[in-house]
Amino acid sequence: MTKVITKFTRNLPHWQPRVTPVDLKEASEEQLDALQVTPSNTKVSEYVLTLAHDVESLKVRSPLFNAIMYDKGGMSRAERELGALGASMVNHCIYCAAVHAARHAQLEKSTDVTDKLFRDGAKADLSERDRAIFDFAVALSEAPSQAGPAHMDALKSAGLDEAEVLDLILSAALFGWANRLMHVLGDPVRLPEAAV
Amino acid sequence: MALDTNALRHAGIAPDGGSAAAVEGRAAIFEMTQAAEDAVLRPKDEGPWSHELRVALAARIATLNGEADLAAQYADGACAFADLADPQNDGAAQGLAEVVAFMDKVAIDTRNVVAADISGLQAAGVADADIVRLAELNAFLAYQIRVIAGLRLMKGAFA
Repeated sequence: MTKVITKFTRNLPHWQPRVTPVDLKEASEEQLDALQVTPSNTKVSEYVLTLAHDVESLKVRSPLFNAIMYDKGGMSRAERELGALGASMVNHCIYCAAVHAARHAQLEKSTDVTDKLFRDGAKADLSERDRAIFDFAVALSEAPSQAGPAHMDALKSAGLDEAEVLDLILSAALFGWANRLMHVLGDPVRLPEAAV
Repeated sequence: MALDTNALRHAGIAPDGGSAAAVEGRAAIFEMTQAAEDAVLRPKDEGPWSHELRVALAARIATLNGEADLAAQYADGACAFADLADPQNDGAAQGLAEVVAFMDKVAIDTRNVVAADISGLQAAGVADADIVRLAELNAFLAYQIRVIAGLRLMKGAFA
């Protein structure tokens, strides 16, 4: 039996699709091209094989995702992860939250911030800069209209420049997208030991 | 700035206006954002969800998020599905009640989406591939609408 995870964790769960993923053996040329695999390659995740049902979206989403999270300049990678985490906590996407909390901890070489967020929720005691970043990501994720000029003032007061704010907008918004795939199309589960 | 994308137009970011330099620094991202819009709203392979139905649902989601101008733009191409752009209509008249209820929930109550929402669509006869297409459409719009709202705030703050 698998157990669905309902609490935030940095311990990466397995993602179990609620729909049947594309069977790599039956994938079309276009799907194989988007997956960048050959039919003999069996290392493709179930998540990506699920998204391969909409190959045109998958093809444009992967490079966009990488650019928003990893392109040079602007906001630090760890702070982009914090934006992603804010969105994922609002949307209760346990899987995305686990991945991006773990990356934040790895980049910062500290679990302090994500420990506090998972223990105390959105009201956790954060630095002024992390507070401003997290609060904006949460507001934008709950409903775009909840984010307002006061959030921008807090970001500027905390020392973020325009390029950093732009990257924060993009990373929080991107997880509005990612959460609606991960959280909607599958469950975060722990597999029984024998199946791992 | 050669960049001309729907997101930038709706955020009011002009080539030589405020925030143009920051946006230019992420030009590739805005170009890919436009490509993603084309992929979810006007894909070559529509599946059972026509371009008209897709823009109607897009308009509906924009309205649910308070983006009236964006909603009006999308609704312009909705043709026979124009009624669905109005969140007051539940889709029953078009035989799309399950699809519309699913889209509304994913758009504005994401955290409470559960496995039964997917099995409900499957029971209503929606194929797995077409469930993924609906989720991608909804997911992209969540991003697009938030990018627009965020840019508008950024432009105001850094003017």
